[in-house]
Amino acid sequence: MTTRPIEVALIDYGLGNLRSVAKMLATIGAKATITSDPDVVRRADKVVLPGVGAFPKARANLQELNLIEVLEEVVIKRGKAYLGICLGMQLLATESFEGERTAGFGWIPGRVQALAKGPGLRVPHMGWNDISIKRKSELFTDFHGRPTFYFTHTYNLLCEDQRDVVATTNYGGSFAAAVQKDNIFGTQFHPEKSQTHGRILMENFCQWRG
Amino acid sequence: MLCTRIIPVLTIKDGRMIKTIQFDVYRDVGDPVTTAKYYDSQDVDELVLLDITATQDGRDPDWRTLEAFANECMMPITMGGGVRSVDHVRKMLRIGGDKVALNSSAVEDPSLLARAAGAFGAQCIVLAIDVRATASGYRVCTHGGERATNLSPVDWAVRASELGAGEIILTSIDRDGTMAGYDLELLKQVTSAVDVPVVAVGGVGTLHDIVDGFTQGGAHALGCSSIFHFTDNKPVKANAFAAVSGMHVRHV
Repeated sequence: MTTRPIEVALIDYGLGNLRSVAKMLATIGAKATITSDPDVVRRADKVVLPGVGAFPKARANLQELNLIEVLEEVVIKRGKAYLGICLGMQLLATESFEGERTAGFGWIPGRVQALAKGPGLRVPHMGWNDISIKRKSELFTDFHGRPTFYFTHTYNLLCEDQRDVVATTNYGGSFAAAVQKDNIFGTQFHPEKSQTHGRILMENFCQWRG
Repeated sequence: MLCTRIIPVLTIKDGRMIKTIQFDVYRDVGDPVTTAKYYDSQDVDELVLLDITATQDGRDPDWRTLEAFANECMMPITMGGGVRSVDHVRKMLRIGGDKVALNSSAVEDPSLLARAAGAFGAQCIVLAIDVRATASGYRVCTHGGERATNLSPVDWAVRASELGAGEIILTSIDRDGTMAGYDLELLKQVTSAVDVPVVAVGGVGTLHDIVDGFTQGGAHALGCSSIFHFTDNKPVKANAFAAVSGMHVRHV
């Protein structure tokens, strides 16, 4: 018996490295559709919000496309699995202080703030860093030790409830590298650019059944 | 702990992978897609891919070749060459670039850095600086090294990072393709002046040169080109050598 491929709506909001994420999803046999169409989002099994962009602009674009209500509907009301990558994770927060104070989705209580600069500490945090897995999460099934992932960011998500933090990384202090709250997942790093580790993580996300 | 990156720097012209010497003498080093597959198989930390004659030729970036290349890669890619607008940045991010390098256009209109960073965030806006040593000190050059400016690389790097460049690719034209080692003095000047990461480019001929760029030049990522094209050293060997030399690099 052949099973139907997992259908993933890859949200297109005018920012984000969509092709990279689509390519990674294709390598694991998922069917990714790059879309800003609410109906496609409603029909998909899972939702991925990639993120290369500035927070206020991302929020404004999502609002303009009426996607925030659609995401609320499918992720919060209907419990579809959501993976936010980088900015897509930061958007889960209550609010962000990138540029101007901007409200996030508010699905994971916390705020987005600038990484602290310090002696010998360059910002953006850019490159491969290892993570420390803090609690059991289906996202990290089959991971052992301290896997490395690719990061590139200037802001980070400070969670109010540490139970939402499933992995941390260290760059001038420890902060959330991955979060999970029920069906809502987020990674500060870029799994689509993290080669083997990223592929396993994306597979875990696609196989998550809740 | 953040790893120091070793980054193959690849240049294309007329749909081919080429390697220059001091931004001149174009040597064909292969097909871009084949090269992309090779580096993908090596699981390199990251790649820089530049269409080096787009600005000189006054044309748009070679989208087709850039896209075909990116399609083969699972690692982060910085793309550049001929990027003149926020729309160009958007398009590069859409076809598979993860970061976009601006060079000549940013010198002509520095506000482009701020506008690009405002839309996509500083973490994906990279400033590429091509530098020549002159009698009056280091000077920034544009248009593939053809046009000299009065800008000092240090001043330009500092200003650009304030405007929104999240990383600097610093290339010594004098060392390009010579395999004589990085211009460590240039590197030191720039890495000590800015607080964004700096990718050193130009001159690596031996694995020791990579280590020198890190320990003496203070670079946060080490760009390599000729050493991978023309010697028996591969990225995995470079990473292994860097590791035994005390650098914190990724274990693939």
